[in-house]
Amino acid sequence: MTRQTTFHDALRDAGRPVPPGLLDRWGNSAGKRFDVYRNNVTLSLIEALRDGFPATAALLGEANFWAIARGFVADHAPKSPLMFLYGDAFSAYLTRVRPLAHLGYLPDVAALEWQMRLAYHAADASPVTADRLTPETLLSARFGFAPAVRLMRSDWPVAAIRAYALGDGPAPTGGAQSVLITRPEYDPVLTVLAEPQAALMEALMTGQTLTDALQPDADLPAFLTLILQQNALISLISEDE
Amino acid sequence: MFDHPTHLPAGPGVGFKPQHYADILAHPGPVQWLEIHAENYMGDGGRPLAMLRHLAERFAISVHGVGLSIGGEGPLDPAHLARLKHLCDWLHPASFSEHLAWSTHGAEFLNDLLPLPYTAATLARVCDHIDQVQEVLGRRMLLENPSSYLRFAASTWEEPEFLSEIARRTGCGLLLDVNNVFVSATNLGTNPRAYIDAYRTDLVGEIHLGGFDEDADDVGAPLLIDSHGRPVADPVWTLLEYALAQTGPKPILIEWDNDVPDWPVLAAEAARAAERMPA
Repeated sequence: MTRQTTFHDALRDAGRPVPPGLLDRWGNSAGKRFDVYRNNVTLSLIEALRDGFPATAALLGEANFWAIARGFVADHAPKSPLMFLYGDAFSAYLTRVRPLAHLGYLPDVAALEWQMRLAYHAADASPVTADRLTPETLLSARFGFAPAVRLMRSDWPVAAIRAYALGDGPAPTGGAQSVLITRPEYDPVLTVLAEPQAALMEALMTGQTLTDALQPDADLPAFLTLILQQNALISLISEDE
Repeated sequence: MFDHPTHLPAGPGVGFKPQHYADILAHPGPVQWLEIHAENYMGDGGRPLAMLRHLAERFAISVHGVGLSIGGEGPLDPAHLARLKHLCDWLHPASFSEHLAWSTHGAEFLNDLLPLPYTAATLARVCDHIDQVQEVLGRRMLLENPSSYLRFAASTWEEPEFLSEIARRTGCGLLLDVNNVFVSATNLGTNPRAYIDAYRTDLVGEIHLGGFDEDADDVGAPLLIDSHGRPVADPVWTLLEYALAQTGPKPILIEWDNDVPDWPVLAAEAARAAERMPA
């Protein structure tokens, strides 16, 4: 076993002894001094989760969030030095924390926050402008969406719960929500879609043409206005191109 | 090979925090340059890169890596090295620096700067990695001294001599973190001025200052933690003056990464650094 493997294993498991050969200023075993590194790693990762999942943290409350985040951190070290990508497995982890089973919506709130973070860091793209939208191209073309655009389907009023948790909306009511995430400029924007619009968006995102994707009850003008205003549409790809 | 020598101005800079963006542009005060953590600007787009692009039009930028794990026992991550190259090729920063530390083990990134024994094996490995970094980036890098909370029985070098030898072998420059010198000397019971005296002050391309937290070890001895969460301590300012007497005017950075204050507080710390710059 290499020296850094021994150091790493003791760092990640506080039940292990301080590795041999680590000393304090008098040549005694480093003891509590080694804990500085343990604390730096654990606390910095918990804080990264708290910063990345503010609504999830607010819903749980400070003490509960720290306890749950500590459990996640123990099992999930970052896989990359890009700390803005830390936490991809957090939502799935929450589904496995048994004391949270009664908070069925919590993993979806975390998943929404994760998708918003990806949208925040997604590549920039130039939107299609309304003057390019002729009826023929609209009906026959496949829609290319900006890299920031995402659709999240939830069995819970997930956008309303998030807003409530952040002190940004009333107590949530109602059931399932489908949430469109866009980034008109630099901040992700959430729009709750009615079911026909959500089904339309979903079909368009899989590459169907508008003709094939159109839902009977979808308000098409409102939908097109929305995706144009949100700078979500970046290309129209004709079948014959 | 090195077409981009250090061009950071010999004045105060600060670690850039996004919440200060508008204030920095409107009221830079004494701040002449900015430092960013490389890893925060490795996304595909969005606000972080847009902010950086605008800031780079006004300020010299120092790219400071915190995730390369130069002291790691394993090879450098080629994907991360490629991301650094991409960032530097896009931004053309005035300086690139990293740490004498390790942070990655196997597939895990540990998000801390972990310590190294100062041995022949570490020396060879770190020099190989720095050679690789400088070759890929096509520029000279600066290497920063760590904060130490413990020492290794295996070490056969003192830290200043170890850094000097790395610089001699690789041609890299040095980033002197005066707060780290003070923190390590306090924690290890050594003399911070003797450290500066033994250090190759002629190779310093940049100086760091930051605040520390105070704790105690198992026997009640002072244990300073390099927290970057408060103002620079008085003895660190004094040590800065001692170091500047040997280095001459240098770019001096205020690092404040936790409990980040409002802009006027940070700008005032930068002004304190400017006051100490030798004529």
